[in-house]
Amino acid sequence: MRKTGITTVLRAAAFAVVASLPAASWAADLKIGFSAPATTLDPQFHNASQNIAVSRNMFDTLVQMDPDSQIVPALAESWRLVDDTTWEFKLRPAKFSDGSAVTAEDVVWSLDRPATIPNSPSSFTIYTRPVVEKKIIDEQTVQLKTAAPYPLLLADLTNVFIVSKKATEGLTSDKFVTGQGVVGSGPYKFKSYTPDDRVIMTANENYWGDKPAWDTVEIRFLPNDSSRLSALLSGEVDAIENIPTPDLEAVKNNKNLVVGEKMSHRLIFLFLDSGRDETPGVSAADGSPLKANPFKDVRVRKAVNLAIDREAIASRLMQGLAFPTNNIVTETMQGFVPGIKPSYDPEQAKKLLAEAGYDKGFRLVLASPNNRLINDAKVAQALAQMLTRVGIRTSVDAVPFAVINTRGNKGEFSSVMMGWGAQTAEASSPIRAMIACTNKEKGWGPVNWGNYCNPNLDAVTAKALNTMDDAARSKLLQDATQIVHDDVAIVPLYFQANTWAAKPGITITPRMDERTSALMFTPAK
Amino acid sequence: MLIFLTRRLIGGLLVLFVTATLVFFAVFALGNPVDVMVSPDADQTERAAAVARLGLDRPILEQYASFLWNAVRGDLGNSFVYGKPATTVILERLPVTLELAIVAMAIALAIGIPLGIIAGLKPASLSGKTIMSGSILGFSLPNFWIGLMLISIFAVQLKWLPSGGRGPTVDVFGIPLSILSLEGLKYLILPAFTLALYKTSLIIRICETGTRNVNRQDYMRTARARGVPPVRIVTVHLLKNVIIPVITVMGLEFGAMIAFAVAVETVFSYPGMGKLLIDSINRIDRPVIVAYLMVTCLIFVTVNLIVDGLYAVLDPRVRFSASKA
Repeated sequence: MRKTGITTVLRAAAFAVVASLPAASWAADLKIGFSAPATTLDPQFHNASQNIAVSRNMFDTLVQMDPDSQIVPALAESWRLVDDTTWEFKLRPAKFSDGSAVTAEDVVWSLDRPATIPNSPSSFTIYTRPVVEKKIIDEQTVQLKTAAPYPLLLADLTNVFIVSKKATEGLTSDKFVTGQGVVGSGPYKFKSYTPDDRVIMTANENYWGDKPAWDTVEIRFLPNDSSRLSALLSGEVDAIENIPTPDLEAVKNNKNLVVGEKMSHRLIFLFLDSGRDETPGVSAADGSPLKANPFKDVRVRKAVNLAIDREAIASRLMQGLAFPTNNIVTETMQGFVPGIKPSYDPEQAKKLLAEAGYDKGFRLVLASPNNRLINDAKVAQALAQMLTRVGIRTSVDAVPFAVINTRGNKGEFSSVMMGWGAQTAEASSPIRAMIACTNKEKGWGPVNWGNYCNPNLDAVTAKALNTMDDAARSKLLQDATQIVHDDVAIVPLYFQANTWAAKPGITITPRMDERTSALMFTPAK
Repeated sequence: MLIFLTRRLIGGLLVLFVTATLVFFAVFALGNPVDVMVSPDADQTERAAAVARLGLDRPILEQYASFLWNAVRGDLGNSFVYGKPATTVILERLPVTLELAIVAMAIALAIGIPLGIIAGLKPASLSGKTIMSGSILGFSLPNFWIGLMLISIFAVQLKWLPSGGRGPTVDVFGIPLSILSLEGLKYLILPAFTLALYKTSLIIRICETGTRNVNRQDYMRTARARGVPPVRIVTVHLLKNVIIPVITVMGLEFGAMIAFAVAVETVFSYPGMGKLLIDSINRIDRPVIVAYLMVTCLIFVTVNLIVDGLYAVLDPRVRFSASKA
């Protein structure tokens, strides 16, 4: 009821605004509405996507991901492999916003610094730890050594911002709030910051790349969906990220807004508890306890996979914001297998269930977040109906993200819908984190809520992660994906879409990795 | 007076202690902050390090004991997310919310008192009836809905006022205030008005009842018979008596206003304490949540104390000793 009220109001507002927008006359300023507040301006203090999104505007990384999540040069003009464990990076002549030159010393400093920051809520050391030795060859050249062959180094480095040694030496992270230390070589430079409210930046005249498109950029933090959209409709901001799904249609139909959409690297999938003999969320069709965990049987997992009509979810529930898949990474990424396609066959699913001895089916509780993924609780409801149709009588347990995380890590679920963004732009990212056997020493499977374990998959993945040759590694990662698919280690559903909206006169370059920055928006020619 | 104060202070401390304990254990049930805070890429080593750093690996009673011990010494812990003292994080936001609440209260009083008196003086007239039925709306419409309506009318359609956020500020003794510039005020109007609406209705109701009661009193009749001008009757004889309950109730409501500006601050993306609380709950920033509730509790206790004081000053019949009962 409440939700409908809000939506109607905003929808009415969306149409009312049509007549009142002025013809394109733009000051060269940009105001963007972000959906999550940054928690710090120290680009190395708290490893959280909303912080990285803000830092991106003022700082550079050695290499970066382009909108399609391919690695491209940034501060490093070029790089080469000296041997399997040594990488050499050539810096371009670049200057920090205070006018000083970016040197190899600053790079080494920036790679050392994350490990020295006290109280960091989530540290960047996960990206810097693989580098065991850093060598300055000359002012513009730096060599990084890893303990073993490590092809993901470049992907890791896309998250490590290069800070000025001079500006940050001896500086604690809380000082950054005033702009002290916020000295980067990015396209914009710091002007002011009000926590939880806004960051204001101006064009960095020292920037090495193309002249920044805007004189001033203001990032406003508008976590409330309705507020963010009304800020755009009222002209308070020029562009927003994450268009609220209930209003998507109104926004798309509004001729005075432009929309940017792109397939996200975030895979939405189901964990099925295939590891434990007894699993908490299932019971027999009559409600009595089950002797065995049905998901230990691959036929049951296959049945679940076949029972889901992904196309229906995409077209009816998600308004085109879902790209059905049975792969674990997108087409552009290493590890994608073209032959793996989603199929929907409820009859076959019933047959498989009967074969596995569940001709009467069983009962299942499907957990899902209700404030994290696009339409999450609604999708979970649809999944429950589809599973019920083949005989798995499913009820939904939808809870906030903060709660689902704690419960998931405690192993409270038999089946849960979650999302995973492949930050490294290849298949080892989801496999290592949530499909590989849980292994503390190796750091594998930290969020393996399905308790899946297949040594063969781990071996193939490990081999891929030791293979520096791109083609050979691609092949190995495809093998790994194939194993995940054949064994239904998880049930991939679809890739979510990322959305942005802006005033007309602004061109949006949508990104796969959900990281909004001022660089995505340019005045239309 | 001294006994009165001591009693109230001890009572206040007790309330604080109970709140702190309840909140501490309640927040524990919210979930494990590390799960939300740590990057999804993090491995077990990273997670374990975060847990240890925040002291979350210790038994809950031990955590509670050290929390109490630190709290007694005025240390409510470091915010998990900001890495600095939770009280600092909150106190930085306090002026922002205080400013909003004071403006809202001023709006409520400026509109509520005159309307309430008018309705009380002429209960049968059209204006009286309109005011009273209008006040029902103010009671029953939810805050966040009013906020959204105001945004869609004044910001989206008419484009007169900004849709949210905080306006430019002017520093006064190091505290940034947006009330001092016209541009800053523009940002305050909609959220303050939204926050004021419920209180306005409340004041109208109290004033109307008060006016009707006082109006019947003999001294009012006498004043009228003596030919005292109506303006003086209303502003001196009537207002003074009507306003006492308004002060009591508004004092209590002011605390509530600061504590529960949450909905308004969320709808208007207003970076005050309420929004901080919501953000902190989403991030399970335990020290900030606990400290927030303790700070608001402290505000309540203090405001009650001030109200009792004011009450006694205004109404000579109430003496401090009377509060023994």
